[in-house]
Order: sequence, then structure tokens, then C-alpha cells
Amino acid sequence: MKSAVITFPGSNCDRDMHVALNKFGFKNQMVWHNDNELPKSDLVVLPGGFSYGDYLRCGSMASKSKIMQSVINFAKSGGLVMGICNGFQILVESGLVPGVLLRNKYLEFICKNVFVKIDNKDNPYFKNLDKDVFEFHIAHNEGNYFCTNDQLKEMQDNNQVAIYYCNDNGKIEEKFNPNGSLKNIAGIFNKEKNVLGMMPHPERMIDKSLSGEDGSLFFKNLINNIR
Amino acid sequence: MEVNEQIAIDHGLKKEEYKKICDLLKRVPNLTELGIFSAMWNEHCSYKSSRLHLKKLPTSGKKVIQGPGENAGVIDIEDGDAIVFKIESHNHPSFIEPYQGAATGVGGIMRDVFTMGARPIANLNSIHFGSSQHKKTKNLLRGVVHGIGGYGNCMGVPTIAGQTSFDSSYNGNILVNAMTLGLVKKNKIFYSKAAGLNKPVIYVGSKTGRDGIHGASMASASFDEKIEEKKPTVQVGDPFTEKLLLEACLELMAGDSIIAIQDMGAAGLTSSSIEMASKGNLGIELNLNKVPCRESKMTPYEIMLSESQERMLIVLENGKEDLAKKIFDKWDLDFAVIGKTTNSKNIELFYDEKQVASIPINTLVENSPMYDRKWKKTKLPKKNLIKKEDLKKFKIKEVLNKILSNPNVCSKEWIWQQYDHTVMGDTIQKPGGDSGVVRVHGTNKAVAATVDSSAIYCWAHPLTGGKQVVCESWRNLISVGATPIAITNCLNFGSPEKEENMGEFVECVKGIGEACEYLKFPVVSGNVSFYNQTKEIGIKPTPSIGGVGLIKDYKQMITMDFKEINNLVLIVGKTEGHLDQSLFARNILNEKNGPPPEINLFNEKNNGETILQLIKKNLVRSAHDVSIGGIITAVSKMCIKGNKGIEFNKPKYFISEIEYLFCEDQGRYVIEIEPKNLKKVISILGENSVHFDELGRIIDKNMIINQKTKVTIDELKSYNTNWLSEYMN
Amino acid sequence: MKVSAIITLKKDVLDPQGKVIHQTLDGMGFKDVNEVRQGKYFEIDVKENDPKKAQKIVEDMCNKLLANLVIENYKIIEIQ
Repeated sequence: MKSAVITFPGSNCDRDMHVALNKFGFKNQMVWHNDNELPKSDLVVLPGGFSYGDYLRCGSMASKSKIMQSVINFAKSGGLVMGICNGFQILVESGLVPGVLLRNKYLEFICKNVFVKIDNKDNPYFKNLDKDVFEFHIAHNEGNYFCTNDQLKEMQDNNQVAIYYCNDNGKIEEKFNPNGSLKNIAGIFNKEKNVLGMMPHPERMIDKSLSGEDGSLFFKNLINNIR
Repeated sequence: MEVNEQIAIDHGLKKEEYKKICDLLKRVPNLTELGIFSAMWNEHCSYKSSRLHLKKLPTSGKKVIQGPGENAGVIDIEDGDAIVFKIESHNHPSFIEPYQGAATGVGGIMRDVFTMGARPIANLNSIHFGSSQHKKTKNLLRGVVHGIGGYGNCMGVPTIAGQTSFDSSYNGNILVNAMTLGLVKKNKIFYSKAAGLNKPVIYVGSKTGRDGIHGASMASASFDEKIEEKKPTVQVGDPFTEKLLLEACLELMAGDSIIAIQDMGAAGLTSSSIEMASKGNLGIELNLNKVPCRESKMTPYEIMLSESQERMLIVLENGKEDLAKKIFDKWDLDFAVIGKTTNSKNIELFYDEKQVASIPINTLVENSPMYDRKWKKTKLPKKNLIKKEDLKKFKIKEVLNKILSNPNVCSKEWIWQQYDHTVMGDTIQKPGGDSGVVRVHGTNKAVAATVDSSAIYCWAHPLTGGKQVVCESWRNLISVGATPIAITNCLNFGSPEKEENMGEFVECVKGIGEACEYLKFPVVSGNVSFYNQTKEIGIKPTPSIGGVGLIKDYKQMITMDFKEINNLVLIVGKTEGHLDQSLFARNILNEKNGPPPEINLFNEKNNGETILQLIKKNLVRSAHDVSIGGIITAVSKMCIKGNKGIEFNKPKYFISEIEYLFCEDQGRYVIEIEPKNLKKVISILGENSVHFDELGRIIDKNMIINQKTKVTIDELKSYNTNWLSEYMN
Repeated sequence: MKVSAIITLKKDVLDPQGKVIHQTLDGMGFKDVNEVRQGKYFEIDVKENDPKKAQKIVEDMCNKLLANLVIENYKIIEIQ
């Protein structure tokens, strides 16, 4: 299975994602933001980082970079596109998924482990996972998801909410919400479920010496689903 | 403008220094030249008050590839890998503008590391604020933490450890010391020594603006009422540009185009160009019209003294300009050929086709002033005789609550959660442990790093304090299973022109030197920050020591959390009951006099090496050194982290329970071992003549002391974790 | 009374955000940009009804909180 990770000038989780994808069987290729063409891929990943210093709005300038036109076309033709953290912000800014990501409620960068609940497994990312609650890692300053009521209703009607912040038992309550996200939303799909944006970093949870191993479960399952 | 003595004095030069400049040049310097002299001869760049004493530090060893004198120190971690590291202060700018001051401090130290060809893999910091009651403390703390996070997080380098303290002596002078570790192949290290004639001198990075003009002079002046006027000299950091600069430099370094490279830090273009030429025993010629400027009409004086951030100076091989330019264009960075190396041994500056400065480089470097400042020795204070009856009235649980929630002991999670400590995917020990640990990417090795300081001990007796900080660093590395290799130091002191402060400096340095020598733990880099002084009040002497060690197999790393119920807990090292200068004496008894705990270097080394032996034989399940707050504080933290309790009795000693639990004798560790290994452990400790106490065993949920004091884990957690977040919100 | 104020970085202070926005605009084809400086805009509704006094109050706020005078300037642009 082939994957491509896009490197924007200020990306800094691109290597981590590359390591994770290769570890679980993808043949990953790094793609420079100023390129025009995507290589042939089964999965395209927009990694975390500070693509343009997070200046103006996070992800805003990256969404205008050359490669993004190809990424958008790839997504529109049904290709799998996953945006993690800053990548999620880029997806939102480029209109591939609805809503915006605001500054965290307590106005502070947060780096810690959180639990998330998977709401919908009828998609290539989560299909066949045998548990619902995962321990993932977050590291962001702008992860406070917001959208209009109409957008929210439409997303709920289409089962587009991918994951919610929760506790270790899967309880979704405001007190388990690290950043003020609307309805505890941690990740969403586009309508067709081929585009996934999420704040947590599964690529930082791929080894028991690191923060945990739930990321390994995610990636192993993902490559099996694509095969 | 005609230069005269008064203008020289306004530049921070002394009368005699100005006279020396005129003598060396055999004429009166022009304003640009005077600016260059003032930047090169100030304390920050010339180390004129400290050089004499720093020379005495041990700086070499089997693992040292590069000692002090380069952008950073370099140590060998085997298999062709090396670690580049350094700590640096950004105290004065951080007090004036905490966010930008701290951010540019972090940016500066990372640049020092990647200038040498190393990719930064970990950041640490040591930050010190005034009393928590002081009106400025909260904002300064918030600004500094946001600044460190803002820069480090954007760069994508994990911040893996640090230290935060509060003391009223920092009310008017906070300390922000930033440390970076980088990883490089031993055969791809870059240095700042220029070589060869007519080699192009290249400017890369951000454009030059008017920021920070005379920043280096500011770092060499005490604060007074005029502080407000100095504000425009604060630089603004741009971490995004630095990230581009990092990637572009590493890309260029992969080839063989670079002869020498130097970042533009303090005193910007002046010190970087002069340093490269001086090390290569060459001259350098710069055309200032070629320097990319952000503002119009910048004068040669401003261009030479600007401290705009995110800039580098490179001496290239001839003919490599196009190749290099292509790389910097790709990363959207400025690139300009601004001059060349010459054989004149002068620095010659041209502007609008006129020569605007010409100074022999040796007058700026070798002939810079060096002072043997007067200093005063600090006597070892007399021991307090604290009466045993006075200690009886204390309830252990109440004291423990006060100690664990003390600002200098409490959990700093509120701070380090704001730093990305997991990016790069190799952080295997997060902040909050004895050392931060990152794996060497793609190998089984890991590097441990810690930053420590003990201003109270250094203030009470600088010689002992100096030794103690080095030992503390050594212990923190050992506690995670790392073999200590070398240190970097950031020496924060008051004014060297005051005998007391100078004495503190001299004796702390002596103490550091003695401990480093004995422990074979050399100093490979560092910096001195004097004049941390507001009017007459100087800070407590605060040398920060950054220690680095190696773990050959990262699976053998040790953490401090208690692992398993029924395991046994030992105290390694002798407990004598030294209470003077302990947190207990100062904060509970309100007794501020007396000597700090004594340092016995033989025991320190022997105990540490024996612990490492136990760890290498897989006999240790968790470990933590005993530092401020004594045994009970160390054990409490192990309980909190492991979410387990402990039942123990004070061993039969002549000292009282309070003394046993809260004293701060040095060279001690708490270790957890499995009952089946007790015999083996005792025999190894015995063979090495290491003293130990069998303290107790791990249980569920409660800490039970001598069958009468009972504290639940939840209570311990609430004592320890709440203070800082409540204070900040 | 509504008072509007804008806060901008002082002339000689580096504006990293403005610089990168400029580069991006350039990349998008807006080739005739000389410089971009980014700032903040505030609308403050104060109880005071005298325009002079209202301005004074907001200036005071700018001095003490809204602007960081180390690196920023402010300008009251509208009072209504």
C-alpha cells in the first residue's frame, strides 16, 4: 500500500508520520508542498506542525499551496485523505471538511494523553476496530472545534462525527473536553467518509516506550482496511 | 558624530577601556568602530570578569569532542554519533518582555546547536521567578512559559525537562536559561573557524532590522529606573523562519560547501564575523550595502549591531554560491554574498563605496580587557543547633502538606503541559521525572538530560553549593539509568563589580570545578550572566547545570513511579539529619541560617556508580534521588506517580523522625527492588561499602509511617498537584 | 459610546505574520504588494457619553492593557 505525506514549510510531525506509516506496512513517500502532482497513493496524509508558523489562521496559508489543488482533486475523486492536528486545520481551511478550529478554551497549548470514543465505524478508517475507546495524544493550541448549528445537524444526520473526547470508560462529558470543542468533537469526516480530520496524533502512540500503543492498533487496522 | 569619552561611556565602556581603544588604534575610533568595540568588549561577549576563573574548569575527557569556545560543546555517544549541547541565559530581555525574551532565548540556543550541524532533539529550561506574592510574578511566569512553548513547539523540538523556582531575590531579575541538545554524526560537525583567502562570506536567514541594537550591552548592565528607555532593544522571535533556517542549513550541510558557519546571536553581524575571522587568523571584508535590510536607511552602525533573530553567517567554498542560493531560495530565505575573507587581519567595512571601519581583529578579541576582580570569601556558616524538643511539636502530615505544596516542590505540570514534549516520537521519559530521556532515533540508545540549580545552598556557602549542583545533576542522570558524560553551565550572578557577588561567582565556579573533576563530568559549554541586579540588590547566586548522559539500551531506562505492591524500598546513602538550609528549616522553622548539607565527593561517586551497577543488572524497578524536602518528599513523589502507597518505619537511628524524613543530606537515592533480589542487592551494596536503610514496602493506596501517620495517595496528590494551577488561574 | 482602536506593531519591530502573509499573497499571484503589517482591532463600548473623555478612557486601556507598548502602537480610529 502506498501513502504520501505532504511536507509544508513548517510541518514538524511529517517525519513521525512517515515512521509510523512505514512501521505498519505502508510504502510512504514525502511530497513537497510546492510540487504540483501527487504520486500514486492509496492514502494522503497532511501532518501536524505549524505549516506557515500558524500565522493569520492555522492552516490558512497551507490550504493555498500548490499541492493542495491535487490533494483536493484526489479527495473529490474518493481518495483517502487524513489530516492530523495542523493537517485537520488545513482540511478545514481548504473546505474539505466543515467547521473551524478555534484557540483552546483556556488559551493554552495542551500536550497530553486523552481518551477518544469512535462514533462511527462504517468507514475505511475505523471499520473492524474491535474497541471503541482509544487513548490518543494531543498537542495543540487551536483544537477547539466549532461549526454552525446547521452544519452540526447536517454532520450528525450524515454520521460525520468521527471521534469525541471522553474518559477511559467512553463517557462523553464536558469535563473530559480538553479544549472547549463543540460537543466534545475531536475529529470529523467529510460526507463521503474518505476524508478524516482529527486533532489527536495516533503517530505518537506506536510504541510501548512512548505514550502508549493505541496508535499501533489504528494504523494496523487502517492498512488492513485499505488492502 | 565625533566620538569622545562621554559617548564611549554611554556605550557602557569604562574610561580606561576607551583610552585603551584609542591607544590600540592609535587614533580616535569613529562611531561604527566604537559600537563594534563596545559590543565585543562588554561582559556578555568578552567574559572579561569571568575568563580568569572559567579557565580553571575541567573541560576535557575521553568523551569530549569539543569543549567550550565553540557555538556549543560536543560529546561522543559512540557508533559515530555525537551530542551537541549548550545552555544559555536570556534573563534581561525576559524581564522586559517575557514572551519575546523567553522565545528568542530558546531560538538562540537552538541556533547555536544547529550551527554545528546537529538537528535539535530536545529542549530544556531553568526558569526562576520572584516570590509568588510579588505582583509581577504571575504575568512574568505566564509570558515566559508561553514564549518558551511558542518557539519550541513551532520548531517541533520536544521540551523534555526543566526546573522552575520562586525566590524573592528574583523579584526584579528573573532568570530564563534555555538548553538544547542536538544529534550529529561525528564526521559531520561544523565549526566557526574560517579558512582560506577570498572565500565568499554569505548572509542567510531573516532580514536585518533595528531590533535589539545593543542587546549585548543591555545584558551587561544592571537594571535601574531607566529600564523603560531600554525597551526598544527587545527582539521579536519568528520560530517559523527559524524552522526554515534549520532545514535549509541542514540541507546545505549535507554537502561539502561550508568552510565555517556561525549564528548571529548577541552583537549580531559584529561578533559572528569577527569570531570566524579571529579563529581562522584571517581578515574579513564586508560590504554593508549587500546586507538584506528590513528597514530603509539603516546605518552601518545599526547594521553591525542589530540583533535581529534567525540569521546566520557562512564562509563558503568558492564556486558553491549558486548551489547554496538554490537551497535558501527553496526555503524562502534571504541569501546574500556580503563579503570575503582577506589576509589583512582586519575587519574592514564598506558602505556606499566608502570604507566606514577598519579595525585589527586581535584588538577586539585577544586584546579585549580581562579583569581580576576583587572578591570576598564566604565563611562556612555555623551549624544551627535546632533543639530536639522543638521538632516534637510538628505533626508529620501537616508538615508534609506544606512541603509538597511548596512552590519549589509542587508539580509543574501546568507548565510542561504547555510544551510539546512528545513531538519527534522519541521521548521516553517526559517532564516530571529525574531527567528527560529521548531515544537516539532509529537506535537502541537514549540520551538523558537534566537541568538543576540550588540557589539557596549556593547563597549559604558558594563553594559547597557549586559542588552540590553538579552532584544533583549527576544523581538525576543516574536515577534514570544513564551514565553521566558532561555538563554545560549557565552562571547567573549579580554584579562582578561588587566583592560579595564576585566572591559568590569565584567560589561557585571553584565548587563546580572540584565536583566535575572528581566525578569525571567535564564542562563542555556554557555562558555567564552577570549584573542580575536591580539597584543594590543582586540575585542569589544561581549556577544552572545542564547534565547529559547516555543509556546504551533504552529498555533499561528507570522511572520513579513505584511499580509493584510488596516490592521493597531502600534508601541508598547515609542519612545524618542535616536540617540547615533545608526546605523544612527555612519554611517550617523559619530558620534561614546555617550551612548547606555537606558534599562528600567520594560517597557521591561511589553511591552513584553502585546504583548504576544495580540498574545494569536489572535489579532496580524504580529510582529517585533524594533532594529538597528530604526522604519523605522523594517517596511521596514515587507514590503519586505510581499510584501506590508505602508502609515504612524510621530505621533505628539517633536522629528524630522529623530529621530523618525532612533532612537534606546529599548523595542519597530511593530505590525499589523485588523481594527475591534483596540478598543480591545487599551484597552489591556491601561490596562497594555503600550505606543503605531498608525503609519499607510498597502497598496499595496509603502512606503509613511508623504505624501512626497515615496519608492517602489522593491526599498526597492534592497536596502536590494543585498549587501551581490554582495560582495561575 | 463606541470607541474603536487599532493596534499595530511599531514601525521597526519585526512582524513575522505580516511577512509570511506577504509571501503567500505573492505566491497566489498578488504580485503588487509592497508590505503587509498585521494588527488587532478593538471595539469598546464605554458608558461615557463625552467623546473626548471616552477616547481618553480607551487610550488609558491601550496604555495599560490592550497594547504592549514595548513593541506595539495604538490608534483610536473611530468614536461614535
